[in-house]
Amino acid sequence: MSQTSPPAAAAPAPADRPPDPPRRPATPAGTAIAAAVLALALAVSAVLAVGLGAAPVPPAETARHLWAALTGGTIAADEVTRHQIVWQIRTPRVVLAAVVGAGLGAVGTAVQAMVRNPLADPYVLGVSSGASVGAVLVGTFGALSALGIHAVAAGAFLGALGATLLVHAVARSRTGLSPLRLVLTGVALSFGFQALMGVIVHLAPDGEAASALLFWTMGGFGAASWESLPVVAAGVTAGILLLRASARQLDAAALGDETAASLGVDTDRLRRKLFVLTAVMTGAMVAVSGAIGFVGLVVPHVVRILVGAAHRRVLTVAPLAGAVLMVWVDLASRTLAAPRELPLGVLTALLGVPVFIALMRRRGYQFGGR
Amino acid sequence: MDLRLDRLRVEIDGSEILRGLSLDVPSGRVVGLVGPNGSGKSTALRCVYRALRPSGGTVWLDGDDLSAMPLRESARSVAALTQESGSDLDFTVAETVALGRTPHLRGNQPLSAREHELCRRAMELMDVAHLADRGVLGLSGGERRRVLVARALAQEPRVLVLDEPTNHLDVRHQVELLSLLRTTGTTVLVVLHDLNLAAAACDRIGVLAEGALVAAGTPREVLTTELVREVFGVDAAVVDHPLTGDPQLLYRLAPRPVSP
Repeated sequence: MSQTSPPAAAAPAPADRPPDPPRRPATPAGTAIAAAVLALALAVSAVLAVGLGAAPVPPAETARHLWAALTGGTIAADEVTRHQIVWQIRTPRVVLAAVVGAGLGAVGTAVQAMVRNPLADPYVLGVSSGASVGAVLVGTFGALSALGIHAVAAGAFLGALGATLLVHAVARSRTGLSPLRLVLTGVALSFGFQALMGVIVHLAPDGEAASALLFWTMGGFGAASWESLPVVAAGVTAGILLLRASARQLDAAALGDETAASLGVDTDRLRRKLFVLTAVMTGAMVAVSGAIGFVGLVVPHVVRILVGAAHRRVLTVAPLAGAVLMVWVDLASRTLAAPRELPLGVLTALLGVPVFIALMRRRGYQFGGR
Repeated sequence: MDLRLDRLRVEIDGSEILRGLSLDVPSGRVVGLVGPNGSGKSTALRCVYRALRPSGGTVWLDGDDLSAMPLRESARSVAALTQESGSDLDFTVAETVALGRTPHLRGNQPLSAREHELCRRAMELMDVAHLADRGVLGLSGGERRRVLVARALAQEPRVLVLDEPTNHLDVRHQVELLSLLRTTGTTVLVVLHDLNLAAAACDRIGVLAEGALVAAGTPREVLTTELVREVFGVDAAVVDHPLTGDPQLLYRLAPRPVSP
């Protein structure tokens, strides 16, 4: 043995590590401010988005129309058409965009925690491909026609639930729902559903199936109406509140299943609860707007960078951030190439890919250290 | 609080990992569990912090059957340091330590002033208070381990279960942690690989081999040349620690091959 090493210094040597990452505004006040700013941004964005479109309406006038509709006020006879556009067409659409954006932000956060994977998004468990199979089956072969105009949405919802149930059944093992098995099963079965879609589109009597497929895989809010909005809005809002109520349990689960058990958190039960909640929420959202990619993947990461990883804060801020983002994306989708509408998935991907790459390359942001 | 493992059996996929392990951990004592790799030490601890349900036998907590308690209730008495060292998410150190209060709080109920103080003291005890606002994923393995011990202390446990707590710790923090265990008055069940640290830190030691207890007693009763050879397959001399009188092992390595 050589004895060349110098005697140990009395003081502990400074650790050899990169400089501290910047402190995050992880205080309750910081989160409250972020939430307040986003809520205000959401209100302003919504009024602007309702006003803009093929027939622009100035914000002040938009606000007057909204006020009249909400309070039962009167409007002049020559303004009726405008009022119809603002209140019957654009408002439900903007509200639906906000609701779905909020839901995707929250569900994305919850799914990433459930399967312990930063690449997970609300559709990783096969919800979207299951929904498209259900919707296209209805559209092409006229199943569920008794439900009238809601048949396609119902078909999509049932398809989404069926797909997640199948994923659950396949992924479940004696020891419970393993995160890795869930992801792998979800990905594998999604491919299966997509193949099924391919077959249906081929066998379909006309070209409609192909365009329906495009809608379900790219998403859009064109079908928004005051009729369908309350169900989705209520379901998504309730879901977000329930997810947020489990925030501390989600935090504990992120330390690992065994540590969580030692903290009194049954991760298997938690995962089952998350599975049901996220499946129903995603199914409801897909049924009315198709599968809109990237929002549920990117928003949780961006929000964690802003307010830290604690779920109580992330599940407060992510829904607001998702809502603001979606309102603007929807506005872009119907105005950029007017009178044609760009599929939402195209825009979220165009926006999401650079954000995601910038995020991955950012130092100091880590998810699992893997 | 007394902890008693009573004829614990664990069978996973047809192989028997624990075969009727019985071990008493009297209130306020530090009991060490040692044994070769794969002898079932961690499995025994898992049954105590309830990450695993034993196939047979009972864990008694002051005469109450642990498996009959709700998970949350037993977590208010039993805290654990598992072998899981990480976190999926980059929580701050203070947030991680505060998670120790999980079994004491309803849902998202915020920590009280007393609980904040408790967490701060736990961080100071484990020498991580200066890291409070740092993200855990940016810490070294040893620092992260100390944060997790602080989290277990913040749980205010009456029974502390530690699976190789000295892993990744430098000598100073190993010595500090094991010294701390002897002063808290908490009942401690600890798995240690270092037999000399076990001899110095534990009131009693249980030796596990192939899922069964082969010896139990004070360090002096248990750590003998014969037992170490038989259980670990290692030649060692037992000497008295010149300062404390604790039994300590000096190992003999296999002779060097003669160079040609």
